[in-house]
Amino acid sequence: MPSLIKALNSQVGRKFMTGITGIGLMLFLIGHLAGNLTIFGESQAFNVYTHTLESLGPLLYVIEAGLVFFFLYHAILGISIWRQKKKARPEGYDTYQTKGGPSHQSLASRSMIISGTVLLVFLVFHIMHFKYGLFSPDEGTVILESAGGVEARDLRALVIAEFQNPLIAFGYIAVMALAILHLAHGAWSAFTSLGMKHGETSKKVQLGAYIFAIVLMLGFIFIPLYIFLTGGEGSLIAY
Amino acid sequence: MSKEMTIHLKYWKQNGPNDTGHFEEYTLDNVNEHMSFLEMLDVLNEELMLEDKEPVEFDYDCREGICGSCNLVINGQAHGPKQRVAVCQLHMRNYNDGDHVTIEPPRAAAFPVIKDLVVDRSSFDRIIEAGGYVSVKTGSAVEANAIPIEKEKSDAAFDYATCIGCGACVAACPNASASLFTGAKIAHLNKLPQGEVERSNRVVAMVEQMEEEGFGDCSNFAECEAVCPVGISISAIAEMRKDYMKAVVSGE
Ligand code: HEM
Ligand code: SF4
Ligand code: FES
Repeated sequence: MPSLIKALNSQVGRKFMTGITGIGLMLFLIGHLAGNLTIFGESQAFNVYTHTLESLGPLLYVIEAGLVFFFLYHAILGISIWRQKKKARPEGYDTYQTKGGPSHQSLASRSMIISGTVLLVFLVFHIMHFKYGLFSPDEGTVILESAGGVEARDLRALVIAEFQNPLIAFGYIAVMALAILHLAHGAWSAFTSLGMKHGETSKKVQLGAYIFAIVLMLGFIFIPLYIFLTGGEGSLIAY
Repeated sequence: MSKEMTIHLKYWKQNGPNDTGHFEEYTLDNVNEHMSFLEMLDVLNEELMLEDKEPVEFDYDCREGICGSCNLVINGQAHGPKQRVAVCQLHMRNYNDGDHVTIEPPRAAAFPVIKDLVVDRSSFDRIIEAGGYVSVKTGSAVEANAIPIEKEKSDAAFDYATCIGCGACVAACPNASASLFTGAKIAHLNKLPQGEVERSNRVVAMVEQMEEEGFGDCSNFAECEAVCPVGISISAIAEMRKDYMKAVVSGE
């Protein structure tokens, strides 16, 4: 028997881990969206949420390290699968088309490497943008009465200010739209990588994957879109 | 009266594994709708030979969809436009007068071209040699019903056993993966009592050999199932993944 490391590096193992990391990242996105939606809560809810995260201390570092590991592992696997495909078919077809039927070839499944790479580049930008606030003036601080009067970064003001910039708002929206494509194939494919058979259940999972991808990403898209359209003064945003 | 058609062919010519290869074109004027696709190629070759040109090589044997020798990629689809049909069973009635038809060999590093449309599929043989057999002593054949096995299992094993080894799954896969073939060959033995004893070694050895031959990874495109002439389901790949991970974790 191969060692576990060797097994996870085999063609079956690589795909298994793409599925595991992909599911891990999807679960993270659900949590991320739930957190983001607190921006529509009472006036301090978002800052309380971000402040709570930041005050987790060492635990936060552990979580962040885990996320970085999942992202990088997933991206490295995706890229290595894509590179192997070039090696396995050095000379392509003059004409190529799908036969349809049970095939899952689609714009989504054929562009995983593109949507994934955009997500990776976006992620670096996104962390510099909102975690470290590198592209905007200092966000200032607020006193959080509901959290015992502590002083915290006013990230809510930063988010609301940044999304009034059309370039940023629509840049984010475009990336999220691409993420719909990634998940429309990914959320079904991950379970197939873990051993789900083709059949009735699989069809339902594919339908569920489409719905999940659209609902989740519309959730993410709603925030910049709403802030941009209302100039940060919509009735959903409490002052 | 049967329909006669004009078909514009564009086919791959390659003098050997190291030749770069190129397309040639030829227009056939009297293609009968009742001809099979391969019979049309026979006519093409007769005409080429009458013109003192070299015929185009293509693979076939049984011409009745059971041997797995034929495997042309036609207009970008392995075995042509129809599902669950090997190209030897494809008929020209599926085409119309004036159609343009491009014929290419399966393209994969693990299937090097021998000549024109004929490729070397011995990589498949080596995957089988790695574990696609039963080596435990099962005694002389007993009365079939004496071996207890659930109908569902034996049906599934039989379905996987219908793989004819044509390689269309590799040809059509955007990654040139051999997962459907390998999965089918593993599953049909692993599901039966005689094959079950060696299941762990079998799945590990065959997966390793598949990778060694230089096939691509499986991205779950499921295109293989769409082109497979016998309709092997990608469930074969799911079974292979489960068996492989089980074998590794249990360490047997
Ligand atoms: C928010 C982050 C991400 C999520 C939720 C996500 C989710 C997924 C899921 C669920 C799959 C299906 C896994 C499988 O087929 O087993 C997948 C596949 C894939 N992902 Fe991601 N992904 C993310 C980020 C990325 C990034 C940053 C890359 C970078 C290149 C990437 C590249 C790929 C590729 C290439 C595949 C297809 C793998 C294949 O061809 O088999 N993904 N992703
Ligand atoms: S799985 Fe289907 S397409 Fe692949 S080799 Fe077997 S019969 Fe041909
Ligand atoms: S020639 Fe035998 S299957 Fe087509």
